[in-house]
Amino acid sequence: MACHQCDLVQQIPPVPDRAAARCPRCEAVLFRTRVNTIDRTLAWTIASLVLYCVAVSFPFLTLNISGIERQTSLLTGIVEIYQQGLVWVAILVLVTCVVVPFMQMMGLLYVFLPLKFGQSFELSKLVFRLFQHMQPWSMMEVFMLSILVALVKLSDMAMIIPGLAVFAFALLIFSLAFAVSSVDPHQVWAHLDDRR
Amino acid sequence: MKNASATARELGLVSCEDCHQLSRLPELPPRRSLACPRCSAPLHLRKPNSLSRTWALIIASAIFYIPANVLPMTVTTHLGSQQTDTIISGVIHFMETGSFGIALIIFIASIMVPLMKLLILAGLLLSVHCRAHWRPKDRTRLYRLTESIGRWSMVDIYVITIMVALVKMGALADVDAGPAAFYFAAVVVMTMFAVQSFDPRLIWDGLEEQHE
Repeated sequence: MACHQCDLVQQIPPVPDRAAARCPRCEAVLFRTRVNTIDRTLAWTIASLVLYCVAVSFPFLTLNISGIERQTSLLTGIVEIYQQGLVWVAILVLVTCVVVPFMQMMGLLYVFLPLKFGQSFELSKLVFRLFQHMQPWSMMEVFMLSILVALVKLSDMAMIIPGLAVFAFALLIFSLAFAVSSVDPHQVWAHLDDRR
Repeated sequence: MKNASATARELGLVSCEDCHQLSRLPELPPRRSLACPRCSAPLHLRKPNSLSRTWALIIASAIFYIPANVLPMTVTTHLGSQQTDTIISGVIHFMETGSFGIALIIFIASIMVPLMKLLILAGLLLSVHCRAHWRPKDRTRLYRLTESIGRWSMVDIYVITIMVALVKMGALADVDAGPAAFYFAAVVVMTMFAVQSFDPRLIWDGLEEQHE
């Protein structure tokens, strides 16, 4: 196999479980071996999906300035930005925090559910490739940090009550990260290759 | 590691960027573009037009970086008084009010990270142009660094989104986003594309020609 960062061809000795293989020349991580990749990914993905539904549909933050309350959810916030004319910023936030995570979960389900039963769908390979390209654009953890920053910023002006959705969102970040990190692309490609 | 180490290109092989499968390159370059036999992703020896694409995106983001810093980022109305903040004045404001943690986060995410990304990528591109042999391992490491920190520049955009969406109470308290928000978002997105279009294997190609 060749290193994707320096193109060095190398023979990979058998790698123990839960270890990473690194390129001897440039030290890029070639791959990491995972245990139970299919079961774990499925479990974390389904957990993420539940949390996602909560995070999107319940009130996110409540703002209280001298008795006047104002409630926003994730989606109404984005609509608000859109109406103010910041169309591109609204689209960017929508894509990176709502659409991409959802598509990641759907993609994982689409590829891994059939694999669990020893099959694969027609489009599995395409979907898995798309999934790999989507990863850098999922920025929920960055969003979480921003929530904290915004809380501190507004603390002298108003009181902010975090809603149920914020907690679901925080958990979602972890469960989706676990789902993504339990994917073993090498095993997946090997499986997908067998089925065809 | 074997002694006779060679790159895929020297062996006439091409590695798939999506599934890492090695395939043999046909002797005569075909008219149609190649596709990976396993995952049918388009195959290239190196990412196509990597250098010019990355240059274009870097130059464009450097230009957008100026209005992103000069123009106001947020317009805050609080109890009738209005205040406009650029990125820097926001950081200074936090320093003065004592929230050093927040000031540091915004400073690193909004000023340091984009600037470092631009400088590192420009440096890498120049080094590839000069076929430098200087510490290729560390240069690859720098590339990996830009790849992993880039997303954190989005913090400021999200903060503005949250504030604009949340604080909407007319004269009592109101936050509006300034024109810099668009430019800054554009800088972040374009530098992310720039990082993806750069091919770190080019760093090592300069070394190979020396061996031959």
